[in-house]
Amino acid sequence: MSENGTLIRTKGLRKEFGKGEARVRAVDDVDLSVTRGETIAIMGPSGCGKSTLLHLLGGLERASGGEVELAGTRLDTLGERGLARLRRTAVGFVFQAFHLIDELTARENVELPALLAGRSPREARRRALELLDRVGLADRTTFMPSALSGGQRQRVAVARALSNDPLVVLADEPTGNLDSAATLDVLRLFGNLHRDGQTLVIVTHDPRVAATSDRLITMRDGMFVDETRLTGGTRGNLGALVGLPEMNG
Amino acid sequence: MLAMLAKEPMHGYELRARLRDALGPIGEAMNSGQIYVTLGRLEKAGLATCELEAGQGPDRKVYEVTPAGQQRVAAWLAEVSWPGPAPAEFHLKLVAAAAGRLADPVAIVDAQRRELLRLLRDTQQAALEELPGTDAGLLLEGAALRLQADLRWLEACERHWLGRTGGRS
Repeated sequence: MSENGTLIRTKGLRKEFGKGEARVRAVDDVDLSVTRGETIAIMGPSGCGKSTLLHLLGGLERASGGEVELAGTRLDTLGERGLARLRRTAVGFVFQAFHLIDELTARENVELPALLAGRSPREARRRALELLDRVGLADRTTFMPSALSGGQRQRVAVARALSNDPLVVLADEPTGNLDSAATLDVLRLFGNLHRDGQTLVIVTHDPRVAATSDRLITMRDGMFVDETRLTGGTRGNLGALVGLPEMNG
Repeated sequence: MLAMLAKEPMHGYELRARLRDALGPIGEAMNSGQIYVTLGRLEKAGLATCELEAGQGPDRKVYEVTPAGQQRVAAWLAEVSWPGPAPAEFHLKLVAAAAGRLADPVAIVDAQRRELLRLLRDTQQAALEELPGTDAGLLLEGAALRLQADLRWLEACERHWLGRTGGRS
């Protein structure tokens, strides 16, 4: 276990693609520290390296240099099998395009990671039903993905990501394919997870998603260029924002 | 206007040309009378001074920003209240900051974005506390959509000024 509640830590993390002249530094010397229970949003223009960074944090890709650590385990020095196991049990992924298996029902999609991690079918099923209830889809467990709306599919994907009680949920543009109402549903869900102490790292273009985080990191050209804490309310300004006249006394 | 002037002392007609460059067709509507009236007011307020320049031509008044004026410009550049600045005002802030090397326009965009994201966070939290379908929820949705539009425009500002200044080192 790491000191003072740090869950994720990177030091001088780098990822390069291509060779020679065509070499691109997608992630360039990134130092990041994520505390348990924190929600972090990473924003930046397309191609700034934010998705690559997420992949490095979740062990989907190997770093070109530097260190990345999850709950005290160094991912950069871990063997393939160790990395695969860690991906299955310690990390939950949520993607823009949902990535549900079309041939399986909502419940079966959510069961899958638990089964792959070696849980009994009965236990996996119990857990899946519990999670689908938690994301507000208790009445949709037998539906195929094609019969669900985009927002519902993404909520199934979030339930699936939670299947093995991951240390961290990594989400890549989770609302990229959703309309305004469905976005609000997913944000409400993330808000609940946050309240329950789940650590979340979200890569997004969507300012509404970024605005729900505790800490917002802006990336450009593979580097962190800005970091903002969004906590600390300014409720008082809402009146002015919607055009209410100022009220005195 | 004061910020445009902060780059260097200039004639009224130069200032007008700069404003027209920055504002495009929107700036065409401004006549020189407005410019000189405003310059007169700035002078009276002690934010700018005016000197007669020896030489030819009808317009020989050269305007310059005073130290008090410089302070006012710096405060204006750092100001992040919203919806205080309308698009044109924020736009001119970036143009003036870049032209006069008063501040990094991208840093101004970043500061403004932070402020808008805080507002959006509060709006969103209020919206999430409302049950779907309430009247108040609709008002908050309006506020959130407006902030999103502003944030998208800030993204465009960022791209533009990053390209213009060649990125930050």
